[in-house]
Amino acid sequence: MSSYTVTAPSSRQKWFAGTMVVIYALVTMIPLVWIMITGFKSPADAISYPPKVVFEPTLEGYVNLFTTRTRQTEEFLNANPPQNWADEIVRKYDMVIVGQSKFGERFMNSVIIGFGSTFLSIFLGTLAAYAFSRFKIPLADDLLFFILSTRMMPPIAVAIPIFLMYRNLGLSDTHLGMILLYTAVNISLAVWLLKGFIDEIPREYEEAALIDGYTRFQAFYKVVLPQAATGIASTAIFCLIFAWNEYAFAVLLTSATAQTAPPFIPTIIGVGGLDWPAVAAGATIFLLPVMIFTILLRKHLLRGITFGAVRK
Amino acid sequence: MSDRTIDRVAAATPAPVARKIKGLSDRAIAWIFVGPTIFLLLAVNIFPLIWTIRLSFTNFRANRINRETEWIGLRNYERILTDLDIWLNMQATAHFLIWTIVLQVLIGFTLAYLINKNFRGSPFWTTVIVLPMMLSPAVVGNFWKFLYQPQIGLFNYIVSFFTGKDPSSFEMLGQVNLAPWSIVIVDTWMWTPFVMLICLAGLRSIPDYIYEAAEIDRASKLRQFFTITIPMVLPFLMLAVLFRGIENFKMFDLVVQLTGGGPGSTTELTSINLKREAFEKWRTGYASAYAIILFVTVFGLASIYVKALNKVKER
Repeated sequence: MSSYTVTAPSSRQKWFAGTMVVIYALVTMIPLVWIMITGFKSPADAISYPPKVVFEPTLEGYVNLFTTRTRQTEEFLNANPPQNWADEIVRKYDMVIVGQSKFGERFMNSVIIGFGSTFLSIFLGTLAAYAFSRFKIPLADDLLFFILSTRMMPPIAVAIPIFLMYRNLGLSDTHLGMILLYTAVNISLAVWLLKGFIDEIPREYEEAALIDGYTRFQAFYKVVLPQAATGIASTAIFCLIFAWNEYAFAVLLTSATAQTAPPFIPTIIGVGGLDWPAVAAGATIFLLPVMIFTILLRKHLLRGITFGAVRK
Repeated sequence: MSDRTIDRVAAATPAPVARKIKGLSDRAIAWIFVGPTIFLLLAVNIFPLIWTIRLSFTNFRANRINRETEWIGLRNYERILTDLDIWLNMQATAHFLIWTIVLQVLIGFTLAYLINKNFRGSPFWTTVIVLPMMLSPAVVGNFWKFLYQPQIGLFNYIVSFFTGKDPSSFEMLGQVNLAPWSIVIVDTWMWTPFVMLICLAGLRSIPDYIYEAAEIDRASKLRQFFTITIPMVLPFLMLAVLFRGIENFKMFDLVVQLTGGGPGSTTELTSINLKREAFEKWRTGYASAYAIILFVTVFGLASIYVKALNKVKER
């Protein structure tokens, strides 16, 4: 099988290229690894000099992330023995756990808004992409360009009137408002990516189904949708990641009920300044799902990034 | 199947006609399918844009609804374009834009070139390299603030390890001369993979036979690189630059978390400045005019650029 070609790189070239890329990859991972490590440090270890690579792991950061605590007098602490392992950890600082922090709630908001907007953008995007791919639509190219150009607007520029509009409609700081907003931002990408995927499905399949007596709707969801499933899935992941990571709209339009995790994590404050282990713990919990997704679904994702870009 | 006339007629009807009788026409379906998307974009993108244009001619303040709003014509635009501070923000944005693009193109292309050698394990390492760009810029930017801490930060420690400088002698985020570079470094770390992936797609689109032909013509490797590889990848590279350019012109989350625009206003990119005007000073009308100016700038630059891109593609 290994016939000689002039274009195949020699083994020495491969070795050199491999080494360089691996070095870059390892360097680029340092900040991410550091986030994960810091989450298991005690606050004192986190800010020690020189930075500690070897340390005694503790769950303090995670406990601080999920709870609110108050400082108590010695008598109180002696009278009330620690209730569980988490309580025991905070006793070191003469504190007791008094309740849950808002992190769980914010994280759930991210989940609800992320999945809600992804579902909606995929639902609407698939329909629109199918129509653009299969039907003659007047001014189709202009409409497609219009859909794409909405992504060029700086979020802050649109945020002013959306802020006013949401205030009038009672949509500010609601899940529905954020879902609609993220759907509107995502849908342009969704339509473009999905149109590419649907264009690849031969028309003959549907035509055969139509002749067999299917209606357009039936042909769409019984023939086209299963064929486009992979494309839909990878587009969905892009939408989900965008909604998950979005910050500008979230910080401007939400403050309490619908606030997502990205504006919340930087505001985690400990005793005497930023509680870096807790921030790192929050960041780890927030970033890890995306990293796992990326590694598991790398094939579809990588194709999606370039596919979308190259098409446009 | 029964043998009634009506069934026989139905069976004999040509498919397109039958479809029309049974369900909606294709035209109607097309509008039902496209309609919601267009409606949503009109409601959440175009309507706000028109509203912004309207507001930009007034002195409206969103925190004082009861105050009477005056129509002040082009005064907002006049004030912005003659404001020296805004030109400083534009300069900060330009510095950020130019250096991130230069670095990302150089590193991204080199990486793509190396990965295209298809060494063992290259798909795995590609995925590892791509990880940073998938993550939330706000959360990651916030953590980089920790890495940049003068005494305790890992970044300063590594720099001092290699250069011998005292790790508390420089403050990446606090010094006027270093802060603009601190944001360039993080953005490059985060978005080089994007440029790399697009370059990789470009490199993989070059068919082998072109190199084979060049080899037969005894063109040197260096010559092949400059006359085949570079021109063939150029359209892809330019596309990557377009996307990064638009994205970084809008840059907000990463930088606002890292420096918040400081020290002073050395890293106050236009988006951060705009947010300050609109949501801290509540000069809504003024900020709207500012937003329109930014939007027109991006749109204008992008259209000129796309024209150039199309010319390169035609070649």
